[in-house]
Amino acid sequence: MKFAVIVFPGSNCDSDMYHAIRDGIGEEVEYVRYDETSLEGFDGVLLPGGFSYGDYLRSGAIARFAPIMDEVVAFAEAGKPVLGVCNGFQVLLEVGLLPGAMKRNDGLKFICRPTNLVVENNETKFTSNYGQGEVINIPVAHGEGNYECDEETLTKLEEQKQVVFRYEQPINGSKANIAGIVNEGGNVLGMMPHPERAVEALLGREDGLRLFQSIVKNWRESHVTTS
Amino acid sequence: MSLLLEPTAERVKEEKLYRGMGLTDEEFAMVEGILGRTPNYTETGIFSVMWSEHCSYKNSKVVLKKFPTEGEQVLQGPGEGAGIIDIGDGQAVVFKVESHNHPSAIEPFQGAATGVGGILRDVFSMGARPIALLNSLRFGELESERVKYLFEEVVAGIAGYGNCMGVPTVGGEIQFDPCYEANPLVNAMCVGLIDHKDIQKGQAKGVGNTVMYVGASTGRDGIHGATFASEELGEDADEKRPAVQVGDPFMEKLLLEACLELIQNDALVGIQDMGAAGLTSSSAEMASKAGSGIEMNLDLIPQREKGMTPYEMMLSESQERMLIVVEKGREQEIKEIFDRWGLLSAEVGHVTDDKRLRLLHKGEVVADLPVDALAEEAPVYHKPSKVAEYYKKFQQMENNVPVIQDTKETFLQLLKQPTIANKEWVYDQYDYMVQTNTVVEPGSDAAVLRVRGTRKALAMTTDCNSRYIYLDPEVGGQIAVAEAARNIICSGAKPLGLTDGLNYGSPEKPEIFWQLEKSTDGMSEACRVLKTPVIGGNVSLYNESHGVAIYPTPVIGMVGLVEDVDHITTQAFKQPGDVIYLLGETKSEFGGSELQKLVDGELSGKAPVLDLEEEKQRQDQLLTAIQKGLVQSAHDVAEGGLSVALAECMTSGSLGADVVVAGDAVSALFAESQSRFVVTVSPDQVADFEALVSGTKIGVVTDTAVLTVKGEEQQVILEATQEEIVEAWKGAIPCLLKSKA
Repeated sequence: MKFAVIVFPGSNCDSDMYHAIRDGIGEEVEYVRYDETSLEGFDGVLLPGGFSYGDYLRSGAIARFAPIMDEVVAFAEAGKPVLGVCNGFQVLLEVGLLPGAMKRNDGLKFICRPTNLVVENNETKFTSNYGQGEVINIPVAHGEGNYECDEETLTKLEEQKQVVFRYEQPINGSKANIAGIVNEGGNVLGMMPHPERAVEALLGREDGLRLFQSIVKNWRESHVTTS
Repeated sequence: MSLLLEPTAERVKEEKLYRGMGLTDEEFAMVEGILGRTPNYTETGIFSVMWSEHCSYKNSKVVLKKFPTEGEQVLQGPGEGAGIIDIGDGQAVVFKVESHNHPSAIEPFQGAATGVGGILRDVFSMGARPIALLNSLRFGELESERVKYLFEEVVAGIAGYGNCMGVPTVGGEIQFDPCYEANPLVNAMCVGLIDHKDIQKGQAKGVGNTVMYVGASTGRDGIHGATFASEELGEDADEKRPAVQVGDPFMEKLLLEACLELIQNDALVGIQDMGAAGLTSSSAEMASKAGSGIEMNLDLIPQREKGMTPYEMMLSESQERMLIVVEKGREQEIKEIFDRWGLLSAEVGHVTDDKRLRLLHKGEVVADLPVDALAEEAPVYHKPSKVAEYYKKFQQMENNVPVIQDTKETFLQLLKQPTIANKEWVYDQYDYMVQTNTVVEPGSDAAVLRVRGTRKALAMTTDCNSRYIYLDPEVGGQIAVAEAARNIICSGAKPLGLTDGLNYGSPEKPEIFWQLEKSTDGMSEACRVLKTPVIGGNVSLYNESHGVAIYPTPVIGMVGLVEDVDHITTQAFKQPGDVIYLLGETKSEFGGSELQKLVDGELSGKAPVLDLEEEKQRQDQLLTAIQKGLVQSAHDVAEGGLSVALAECMTSGSLGADVVVAGDAVSALFAESQSRFVVTVSPDQVADFEALVSGTKIGVVTDTAVLTVKGEEQQVILEATQEEIVEAWKGAIPCLLKSKA
């Protein structure tokens, strides 16, 4: 499986994502610059964390207009897997692939810490290697991770099991402790915690590995049946 | 417009306008002598910043010369943007510490943020990728609203810049004492990784080569920042706010990536950050180092404001800019790199052979100055030095054991002292994991980052107990270096070298200059014995407010090499049943201790003694034991003494300790004798450990989550649960910040 890591000006978790794929799960991965206009040959797209365009205006608000984003939207609409982490999640919200918006953390401070997440739905392309209800440890590092949406959207997210990860304890004011959601098609996941930072025993955390392994496993299975 | 108001050379001289820029009458006369004429306004400004303490080290050169700067591992000593040390396999580590004290006192968020930005540029202008940031902060007591504001904004400023850059802030230290009330210290350190082949120099070589300006445009911010940094903070400090720069970490992130691409292009001849004194210092220093000259046309400088004068352009400290020299004819290749990153680049001049800095503006020569006089020939002062009266008095005092009422209450009070208390409130705001190399996160003795693709790792720390240095500058200076080395050793690394951030009061005062002299003597001696050369640093003098100087605060930033990631060790207890050793002797030493401050409210007496040979021997023994896999946890005994050290080993897990100590209880628990470590060893390795390391077996790690310390008669002298310890230690800083003054 071949992944694209999208690099916007100001992305800074791009190399972490790259290494998680290459060294963590041993799959193919390449950087794709924000000003490129094709995703041909890629099987999965990863939008990394960081401060695209300095978070100016609003996190992700400028990145959504980058030339590559038309391709990312088309890629998602074709049902292929797209994962946005942290700033990548914010970009997915801004471009409309996922519902809702991000506010500043309710303490108004940046938070970097290991965090327990509850796997709320293990029947997605991204989470099938986890147990339903399993508690996993994945770090967060963000200043604007306070997820917000209207009640109607929230009801829909909950009913359709689109809430994939929830913080075990409130951390940033996020509505319903939401840490990650998928789109209705189940092929676009946005999450604030950083699975790419939890792929190595040496660094003390490995729970993120199974997320990437899930993507690959599900891609292989569908690839075998369709080809 | 300011151009019309700019005074003539005659007025600069007659009205002694140079004084306002920081030049003395004698220095102005020297400039006239060098030039054979009276300098104009712009030229006077250029001389004044280049001859400021910040750029010329005119008051500190005499002491800086004493530092050992060489060693077989040193690839680049002081003199470039940052020093470089070999770590084998064609790789090297680049690091430096820099202060941003005065800007942070006036505008703490931007002051701290641009301090981080500046030290990052120093490191990546060498060609290295920054892999870690650390800091060393000093504030007044965390009681007044002003201090809380400074503390919160400085931390937010550091976080704001470092997080956006994607460089993890992995460590640091913070001390709170009244002497820093009006003059906080903000020292930032950056560590970078480089391949030997990529090492760059800030040199303007090759007559005819093109001088290019890259990065952000030039505005009127930070004008005369270097001069501002070289004087005492006065009542008018708020008026100096325009001398504080404003940072844009997004711009710097682009500049970083563009520069790292740039260094792979062989058209690049030299590169230097436009830091303090901006265009002036970068151009004059690059030319002086290469034995060449530079001619620049200021009309070509990218400007963000209209009508800027040559004076303003040359003295601006706008951030996120670099000056580079490239081979003539290959400018387009360079421009394309910066275009791709959306950054400005402009050809602004060329290298000459006449050793002069010549500036053109609107068709006229507005400055024509010899570069060596600017960069190398600033006057050097050896200020008068006088033994401080307080020191003579302190040296007469006996080592008294403070009288305390309740041992446990005292212990918990010590854990709540903000200097000792847990700093999670701070590092929670720093992204300390980005780049995914951080093996040992903030909170242990030193941060440890693996070197990707190798078995190696780097340990790094900042350290400086300025209380000891105040009491006894020479011994305190030794202790600062030794303690930094202890932190590195405890992590399983061999100390490689250090960078120093020398923060002192006004060198015009003989007792302050004496502090500077003696403490650097002590540091130099410790560097020699511990084999940690000084590879660069920064000097910040005039840290005074209302005539009160800070404690002498030479911050040590040290880096060590872990040969194999298997050697990485932390302070946390690992297994119940492990045997606890105390290495080193405990004496009744309380001068400058946390307990003395708590009980007396002020410092007095002698600093703890330090035997450098003993220190070196013990550090070597411990490191060998760690490398042989004989050590489960290691922690140095510092502020608060043995009881606090044991408590710190307990805070992250669910284990406790059962310990027996000899001698007087207060000394055993709280004295701050030097060269001590708390080490735990697996029971089956005790014999091997004892064959290598001399120490005293004091107890065992338990699974009860209780710290119990008994005296020789088995009587309990201190008992505290982990819950009590953690509540006191972790709750202190958030609690102080919430309480109203």
